[in-house]
Amino acid sequence: MGKNVVRTNEEYSTVLGARSENRLTATDYINALIDDFIELHGDRLFGDDRAVIAGIGFLGDIPVTVIGIEKGKNTEDRIFRNFGSAHPEGYRKALRLMKQAEKFGRPVLCIVDTAGAFCGIDAEERGQGRAIADNLAGMSDLKTPVISVVIGEGGSGGALALCHSDRIWMTEDAYFSVVSPESCANILWKDTARADEAAKALCLTADKLMKLGLIDRICRKGKLKELSDNLKDEFKKLMQMKTEDLIEARYQRFRKVGYR
Amino acid sequence: MDLKRLFLKANNDLESTDGKGSTRKIICKKCKKRIAVSRIRNNHFVCPECGHYFQVRARRRILMLTDRRSFIETDRELSSKNILGFPEYDDKLRAAMEKSRETEGVICGEGEIEGHRVCLFSMDSNFMMGSMGAVVGEKITRLFEYATVRHLPVLGITVSGGARMQEGMISLMQMSKVSAAVKRHSKDGNLYIVLLTNPTTGGVDASFAMLGDITLAEPGARIGFAGPRVIEKSLGKTLPKDFQRAERVLECGFIDAIVPRCEQKKYIAKLLKIHGM
Repeated sequence: MGKNVVRTNEEYSTVLGARSENRLTATDYINALIDDFIELHGDRLFGDDRAVIAGIGFLGDIPVTVIGIEKGKNTEDRIFRNFGSAHPEGYRKALRLMKQAEKFGRPVLCIVDTAGAFCGIDAEERGQGRAIADNLAGMSDLKTPVISVVIGEGGSGGALALCHSDRIWMTEDAYFSVVSPESCANILWKDTARADEAAKALCLTADKLMKLGLIDRICRKGKLKELSDNLKDEFKKLMQMKTEDLIEARYQRFRKVGYR
Repeated sequence: MDLKRLFLKANNDLESTDGKGSTRKIICKKCKKRIAVSRIRNNHFVCPECGHYFQVRARRRILMLTDRRSFIETDRELSSKNILGFPEYDDKLRAAMEKSRETEGVICGEGEIEGHRVCLFSMDSNFMMGSMGAVVGEKITRLFEYATVRHLPVLGITVSGGARMQEGMISLMQMSKVSAAVKRHSKDGNLYIVLLTNPTTGGVDASFAMLGDITLAEPGARIGFAGPRVIEKSLGKTLPKDFQRAERVLECGFIDAIVPRCEQKKYIAKLLKIHGM
């Protein structure tokens, strides 16, 4: 009786939309926002994670480091990009280049779009947990501004690992969640068909997260020129702050979450 | 429902003193032998027949590791609220408090280990699988901040299924909050020892469990980011037997030492002594 029909609501539609294949990916954002982009590869420890595209270029007249999680454009590309699920090397490449950005006084832009960090034997044995933890700790006192923009899926720890930032922005059609609504429904009710209820309960949409004070701005979808202007303005503001103030403000940004 | 409750109590309560005193026996999950509770308790909650590690409650851990009467608890009054209005969460919190007889899934405070002053946090698997919500994150963050100001070492004992779903992104961001506090404590030259116990997974593994200066684990403890069933399902094959077990995680380079339960107190005291704490 209607077993194959996916029940949905506003929140779950957002999740499904964020996963759909005909969306802008990190590469589109990099192409639109960054001039003279030069990609830089590798974590200097094990390998190069293709799910993470990182490099340097200009945002207007500001030299920036950009780190994006890329899901891929077509089937072949998606396989190449591991569907945007990073291994530990991806997070380590990101942190390496953030430290480099700190050295050269460049701000960092993270573009986040992932269902989650990759779940596999290799990923575990190369320290997925440690890699994410290192990013959280390493970004927490990075001496240069960081803005993260969630453009599609904000899948749990794998997305959070690039979001220990001064500003977290989301596009209006993105989601950010502690767990996928399907897993949540499965764990709580042993019924993945109730993913819609879970999506609603998890408060994972941009407007809900904005109301909770967990994100700082909602970006209109597809308005990349507007995003570019907003990023330039915000980076300029953040770059004027004294380093200690910047780091202290970042600490307080997360310090107040959940308990005021 | 009532029957299930009874079973829960009867099963895991190595702690209860129900009048029968030390003559009460339980069946070891691993070797299936009937063993007197007193024998297990006197053996650091390890089965004297087969060496199986029983779960140890958070408060018991502190008693086992700290000097007698030295521990002073902090922030016990903090308890969770259903911030998002998540369905069934209020009932679950109530049940967890009843089952664990604790206000939340972590106990924090200050004590002494063989005379060395230390701040401690100890997680409790009986409180919603040791999951981390806003209060767990807040208590651990406060502990690290307290320890930073006073230049005290921190000993953390982890057991957790990860972030608490019922608090959504608020619980996920506790990973960020605690990690930042750990970093501040570390940058000031303070020592953080973490003891990973079975299981330490998910968002706790991917934050403060992996940020210790010295990382210890109990034998056989499951330590990893993703749940084994999730990986099994996505790979479509069974996982190696030692996968995510402390011994394998040590081989992979993420743990300094595996320390049997009966040696933990002395071992940690020695670490504190070497660091001049």
